[in-house]
Amino acid sequence: MNGGGSLRQMRGVFIFAMIGVVFMFVAPYVLQLFTIINLTTAIALAVLALSLALVWGYGGILCFGQVAFFGLGAYAYTIAAINFGGSTWAILVAILAASAFATLLGYFMFYGRVSDVYLGVITLTVTLIFFSLIRRTSGPEYKIGNALMGGFNGVTSPPLNLPWDSSSFLFPEQVFYVAMAALILCYVFCGWLVTTHFGRVCVGIRENELRAELLGYDTRLYKLGIFTISAGVAAVGGVLFCNGVGRITPDVFNLYNAALTIIWVIVGGRGTLIGPVAATFGLFYLTSALGGQSLFNNNLVLGLILIFFVLLVPKGVAPTLSGWFTKRRKPQRVTRRRRRQGRAL
Amino acid sequence: MSGKRDRREVIVETRNLSMHFGGVRAVEQVDFTLYDNELRCLIGPNGAGKSTFFKCLTGQLSPTHGEVIIRGQDTTYAETHDIAGMGVGIKTQVPNVFDELSVDENIWLSARRWHKAKRARSVTSETIERLQLGDTRRDIVGRLAHGQRQWVELGMVVAAEPWLVLLDEPAAGMTHEETARTAELIKEINTQAALIVVEHDMQFIRMISQQVTVFHEGQILMEDTMEVISKDKRAREVYLGHRA
Repeated sequence: MNGGGSLRQMRGVFIFAMIGVVFMFVAPYVLQLFTIINLTTAIALAVLALSLALVWGYGGILCFGQVAFFGLGAYAYTIAAINFGGSTWAILVAILAASAFATLLGYFMFYGRVSDVYLGVITLTVTLIFFSLIRRTSGPEYKIGNALMGGFNGVTSPPLNLPWDSSSFLFPEQVFYVAMAALILCYVFCGWLVTTHFGRVCVGIRENELRAELLGYDTRLYKLGIFTISAGVAAVGGVLFCNGVGRITPDVFNLYNAALTIIWVIVGGRGTLIGPVAATFGLFYLTSALGGQSLFNNNLVLGLILIFFVLLVPKGVAPTLSGWFTKRRKPQRVTRRRRRQGRAL
Repeated sequence: MSGKRDRREVIVETRNLSMHFGGVRAVEQVDFTLYDNELRCLIGPNGAGKSTFFKCLTGQLSPTHGEVIIRGQDTTYAETHDIAGMGVGIKTQVPNVFDELSVDENIWLSARRWHKAKRARSVTSETIERLQLGDTRRDIVGRLAHGQRQWVELGMVVAAEPWLVLLDEPAAGMTHEETARTAELIKEINTQAALIVVEHDMQFIRMISQQVTVFHEGQILMEDTMEVISKDKRAREVYLGHRA
């Protein structure tokens, strides 16, 4: 699975990124506006899946509450944009707020040496606390600056505007470009991060935390690092999400969404980044398509898909496909290795 | 050599070290000293406290009483990564390797902890060659044979170029040939570093031993060369008697 060097891994990242760029420029000419607006939401969710793919798939940290950072980013963006009267700084506030909260939460979890299972429980619980807490903020007394929290109705999110020009709002097609560009950038960033020394140590910690410590790595610091970074990526998704939908409600923090994020990563495959992104698009459109009929219950189908993958494709789509791919190419790889050895001699 | 012996530097020292688990006194008031360039074996029957003592040295356990001093620094309550960060190479009893990663990546993660990117690559290659792991370089460690995984772990220890090496049963589960090679490697490491080796296998200890410390019921029974110990009545009773 990890036979190649870092350059080969990055090559895959660039190929998928290029596909993304092509799609970004072609889609608005081919697809209808309604589909484009819908796609923006799917892209936002894909960024969320990407962040979990990073922290769980590479960092080995099962964060059951990745939506907490996603929602926090969306709320922070909305409240900041209302107060600042523009979106430019609000985006930064969103990323910083989610990352800062992740650092605080992560500090207690990692430095307190909380074990894997409890980590999942704590992150989920924190998410559900946000859900209950923000649901109860209806009424004029709950406001931050000029922004009313709005309880379970949520808040209307101001749309993105051109940098430093709060009067020129972006149209839905333009928001699509921004979202797609953000997804590609986040993807390349994560793809690069996992090939760095930091990223490779995180993978080592996932494999064997004690060994990483015995090599002299402070595993708590690395885990806190990747946890914080992934929260920042999730917040980017949150900003895109509330722009795609037009508002943010406490439902983003509910159990359904928390579990859905996990399903995307399981279906797409842990240990890859493109898998969960692709799975998010696939499942998003499957859910939309199922919404148009009434023969099968939506959640029932999702549940069946999850069971199917856990039992029959436990590694997820992307690792399974790439496994077939490498198997077929194996003879070629052996010759290349031999050639390299020959040169070394 | 003799000049060095005269003013030998103390590398590891434990004072009054005790580790109790509830009522069980796994390690009881151990005063232990390891000098520079020394290769010391710790032996003793099962439950003698060797491994617990080892874990106290490596920061995996915090002792109930007493202190551990490594090269003048109090490491009694230090974290494992802090001790490793001082330049101490550690191999645990159960092989601790990165199972899903390649041999190359395993060694690289160790080398990169100490060196910049370019140097880390060359140290990785050197280490792989030195341990004759070249054929398995790109293989996933989890799929290697037990003995080879032990070697990968030793490779990680060596790649860090430590000045103190702590090994817990390095030859466990190895074939005869692998054991002999491990003994050679340990002697080679000893030219640059002091070592503490916890071991069961008496034959292996005879291959490498200089000074041997015998543990019994959480305490040090005696400390001497293997020849003296194998003739000693008490030592034979508690340990060697089982085999002789």
